[in-house]
Amino acid sequence: MAYSEKLLDHFKNPKNVGTLDKGKKNVGTGLVGAPECGDVMRLQIEVDEDSNVIKDAKFKTFGCGSAIASSSLATEWLKGKTIDEALAIDNMAIVEELALPPVKIHCSVLAEDAIKGAIKDYQEKNNEK
Amino acid sequence: MKNQEFIYLDNNSTTPVDPRVVDTLVPYFYEKPGNAASRNHPFGWVAEEAVDYAREQVANLIGADPREIIFTSGATESDNLAIKGAFEMYKRKGNHIITLTTEHKAVLDTCRYVEKLGGEVTYLDVEEDGLIDLAKLEAAIKDNTIMISIMYANNEIGVIQPMKEISAMCKKHGILFMSDATQAVGKIPIDVNDLGIHLMAFTSHKMYGPKGVGALYVRRKSPRVKVTAQVDGGGHERGMRSGTLNVPGIVGFGKAAELCQREMEAEAKRLSVLRDKLETELMKMEETYINGNTDHRMPHVTNISFKHVEGEGLMMTFNQQVGVSSGSACTSASLEPSYVLKALGLGDDLAHSSIRFSLGRFTEEKDIDRAIELVSAGVQHMRDLSPIWEMYKEGIDLDSVEWQEH
Repeated sequence: MAYSEKLLDHFKNPKNVGTLDKGKKNVGTGLVGAPECGDVMRLQIEVDEDSNVIKDAKFKTFGCGSAIASSSLATEWLKGKTIDEALAIDNMAIVEELALPPVKIHCSVLAEDAIKGAIKDYQEKNNEK
Repeated sequence: MKNQEFIYLDNNSTTPVDPRVVDTLVPYFYEKPGNAASRNHPFGWVAEEAVDYAREQVANLIGADPREIIFTSGATESDNLAIKGAFEMYKRKGNHIITLTTEHKAVLDTCRYVEKLGGEVTYLDVEEDGLIDLAKLEAAIKDNTIMISIMYANNEIGVIQPMKEISAMCKKHGILFMSDATQAVGKIPIDVNDLGIHLMAFTSHKMYGPKGVGALYVRRKSPRVKVTAQVDGGGHERGMRSGTLNVPGIVGFGKAAELCQREMEAEAKRLSVLRDKLETELMKMEETYINGNTDHRMPHVTNISFKHVEGEGLMMTFNQQVGVSSGSACTSASLEPSYVLKALGLGDDLAHSSIRFSLGRFTEEKDIDRAIELVSAGVQHMRDLSPIWEMYKEGIDLDSVEWQEH
């Protein structure tokens, strides 16, 4: 299977790898997937509470190259977006950007779920709706 | 990409054709283009002579009589011919076949087909180390059992089944013993008479010969075994496999067999030293596990799980420099991890994390040294990226986490 240049670049030089402090009120964490399924994605956002803008995003992913690239790309896209803008990120945009083959579409779904999970966690912490 | 720069550790998938084999077979495309069945001109005679000679070379490798070698298109066809052919030939004696859950698909899917024809198949589980429990095998034998089909060496983990003991059991119960020996022939000494085997499938492209040619060994004496042809036509190969013989392929197969016979003993020793070095160095990393029995194993194979790292992702870190295989679901169309590793009782997580390294004739020590470096670095890179590695390091019990499965 030949992967796109963009995918390979995100895989080899992943952006925003790391861990944010879960204890902070303005940090939201999304953890999706399961080791048995071969994919676990953890995506975190740090939100500027005044502007509602995501000022930092980090990820760690256990998975194939497409899963790692999808989460790396997601963190890049998240930075600088408002919560509402972030909620609008669609998995098909990731599929297109990385030219994911059909068998890897679930990796982009996982990334979208991780984004939504992180936002939900942030909102719950801050009692927002 | 030049071969010399790429480290190929996937020889269980296929082996490069030895240049000495290439030199031997090439003239049979143009200078000696005959059909081995053409009896009336020199082109035909030359081709027939070449096939006869190759048949002897292949037979010699396994201690057989040349008349016991049926040339086919490869091990898959040989497996099909042996299982379907014996089922058809011996259906008056019974309809039950015993095989293993860890067999190659060429055997498993053929058995599934036999079930559709009214056959009954027992798919026996293996133990945690990949080997069979002989008592369980014997307990599975019934009055209507006609054949036991058990692979010589497993393609994914390299474990070698107790062939002599299985053979003795078959003899005792008057059952045919068939083996898919694709991964063993040409790599370790095999003598069909010493083993008392009745049918044995193998192929050229796993032993440094060309693709598209294989063989089925069919015993001729004590007892005489027959299989019903599955390909009908001109009655080639003693009526068991029609079709014009692939003369260049067969000539190459013969040469490859001769080279293996001459060199395999020294080669097995050399490769086991290199394999052990690779394994020992990689096992120095924590949370790393060898899959399958290590005492009864092919000398050139190791299958290792790097926990908390996904196999396909790991391979992507070094696949421009090193070629291997993984039992990870991501490498298969089915999105299921290796059924062989799961049959050993491995959790899906460890199956996803497995890499098979299979060395070969052209593997050198410097390749192994470089592979150790690249694979170790890859594992480190992937673990740095892995949230479950981080959780493991923090002492979190991963089994207690509520995962959101997809």
